[in-house]
Amino acid sequence: MTGDHQTLALLLFSTFVAVTLAITTWVSRKRQGSAEEFYAGGRLFSPMENGFAIAGDYMSAASFLGISGLIALYGYDGMLYSVGFLVAWLVVLFLVAELVRNCGRFTLADVVAARMRERPVRIAAGTSSVTVSVMYLVAQMVGAGSLVALLLGGTTEAARTWTVIGVGALMVIYVSLGGMRATTWIQIVKAVLLLGGTVTLTALVLVRFHGDFDRLLRTAAERSGHGEAFLAPGLAYGGDWTSRFDFISLGLALVLGTAGLPHILSRFYTVPTARAARRSVVWSIGLIGGFYLMTIVLGFGAAALVGPGAVRASNAAGNTAVPLLALDLGGGAGSTGGTVLFAVVAAVAFATILAVVAGITLASSASVAHDLYASLRRRDAKPRSEVAVARIAAVGIGAVAIALGLLARDLNVAFLVGLAFAVAASANLPVLLYSLFWRGFTTRGAVWAVYGGLVPSVVLVLLSPVVSGSPQALFPGVDFQYFPLQNPGLVSIPLGFVAGWLGTVTSREVPDEAKHAETEVRSLTGAGAV
Amino acid sequence: MQPSNDRLSGAWGGPESAVDHRDAPVGASADASPSPGYDDPWYDALASGWGESAGTGVPEPAPPSMRREPAGGSPRGAADVYLEVQRSAAFQEVRSRYRRFVVPAVAAFFVWYVAYVVAATTAPTLMARPVAGAVNVAMVAGLGQFLTTFLLTWAYARHARLRRDRAALELRWETQELTRGVRGGGS
Repeated sequence: MTGDHQTLALLLFSTFVAVTLAITTWVSRKRQGSAEEFYAGGRLFSPMENGFAIAGDYMSAASFLGISGLIALYGYDGMLYSVGFLVAWLVVLFLVAELVRNCGRFTLADVVAARMRERPVRIAAGTSSVTVSVMYLVAQMVGAGSLVALLLGGTTEAARTWTVIGVGALMVIYVSLGGMRATTWIQIVKAVLLLGGTVTLTALVLVRFHGDFDRLLRTAAERSGHGEAFLAPGLAYGGDWTSRFDFISLGLALVLGTAGLPHILSRFYTVPTARAARRSVVWSIGLIGGFYLMTIVLGFGAAALVGPGAVRASNAAGNTAVPLLALDLGGGAGSTGGTVLFAVVAAVAFATILAVVAGITLASSASVAHDLYASLRRRDAKPRSEVAVARIAAVGIGAVAIALGLLARDLNVAFLVGLAFAVAASANLPVLLYSLFWRGFTTRGAVWAVYGGLVPSVVLVLLSPVVSGSPQALFPGVDFQYFPLQNPGLVSIPLGFVAGWLGTVTSREVPDEAKHAETEVRSLTGAGAV
Repeated sequence: MQPSNDRLSGAWGGPESAVDHRDAPVGASADASPSPGYDDPWYDALASGWGESAGTGVPEPAPPSMRREPAGGSPRGAADVYLEVQRSAAFQEVRSRYRRFVVPAVAAFFVWYVAYVVAATTAPTLMARPVAGAVNVAMVAGLGQFLTTFLLTWAYARHARLRRDRAALELRWETQELTRGVRGGGS
């Protein structure tokens, strides 16, 4: 890593920070401070804008760096991530986006609480939303830490620590000052930057191989040292049955988790109607699908041009494959083109992390203020402005995520994201689908569905090899590993659905037909939607 | 108009009210507020404006005594409106159009995705079989997932735009007219 890279990358990155800060101040200049404005950006974004923002929220550094790196190292097995991350959007489009837009106001709990006794349901859904958000945030913080280690060359602990703290602090400022409007614009800017960078790199890779995808694959397979096996599944997950079940578990979590991610759900409230929500999902599926197709080319390109050996030497998890590929495509180390491309890619990756952190911080602060605080505060207490509480919550959540991010800094980023998806799929998706589609669903069922998914998924993570009992674990010194799989989805997602069903059939509460009618009519027609 | 979350939660009461009202004698609540629906202007709107969207669209107005809502002013009426709309043929047509597309589509892509993941982890030799050049079955299946996702997205958007949007929008305005009429006095 030469000084040129660092200077240029830091310069570009500082420009991004300056531009987004300017956006934040500009859009918040006539801010009214209403909840509508803070959580939903006034609900007046166009489908295209929101589609870019959703794509920006979703395409995290884990996808950009992580998936390409996994493909560069393990070939086909890395590609399975791309597929899962994209197919998940069909669940969102078909079952969630329009109906949630019609029924809710700001958060997931709004949809459920409309039919049920409000307090217990809000507390449950709020708790699970905050849990998911914090896990997702930790992944992004860890990503920021590893990226800056790459960017600054040295792996000094102090630099990483201060980066994580800096990223967290910056985001808290964005979110608490600018609310949803600023966050959305940051996502849009970031999505354009990321897609621009990815398209450029992909075009350069394809030009290098004269547009011959087949030759690209052959070269990658040859260079990898695995031959044909590099292009078939099994290199990473084909070992024993535990790792195969682990992959199925991850696959399930990926495809079902997206529809339960609070920061994705809250994006649908930034457009005026359900129709606009649908069109923004169509936009984002196009953008995200194109992006993941390109990460496949980049991954195999990195394997073919840089070589898995060099990738692994730079970062054992493969996270630096794309920056190294950029260096090679630009003309190799020392050349001007290589330096510029490398710096651009590093800055884009950093911007990606910042934007995703902003989105999640906002969504979780909404859960704290709108669901937890509103339900838990004493009835006689003076009602503080919800937006003020949300701002304080953003600071608190930022602090928690920074602390956990520092603790978990040696864990793999894509893997941490997989855990967040598993918890979202177990705790949030069952309750959401049941309350939208099941006539007989009751309050107890809703509460059980949330806790019945949340508690097992979190406990199984704690008992998994991630936390203890293996050399790469969070606490390698101790061993309380009782669950073999790294990802709990295969067990905890069915548990969430079963718990919701069990809670419903065992409760004596008669399901309220009128409220079900209201939810159904509102979700499909948009009557009474804000 | 704001959504009903807040106003309903106030009127429908605290934690236990939903259960309590179920047990209350139905006749009593009907006596307490004698059939507000029939006196209200929205009832005429219901009768006149409904049948246009579907041939048999005139909803069956259930007698007030059959409904089990808590006694009281506006929420009772609003809840009635949603029940009426839910039972109307126009709404059931929209709902069944939605379900007829979504249920098979969800089943299809979910089965196809799970089959893909399971095959990738349990049948690597099948997946490694070459198709053309360096491209093997696994690569084709993976790209096929992308393709089916794009196709289903397009099909869903088209279906919703052509078969659901107009009817849903009409229902939306009608329902809001009705609830506004009901709530007008109370709020």
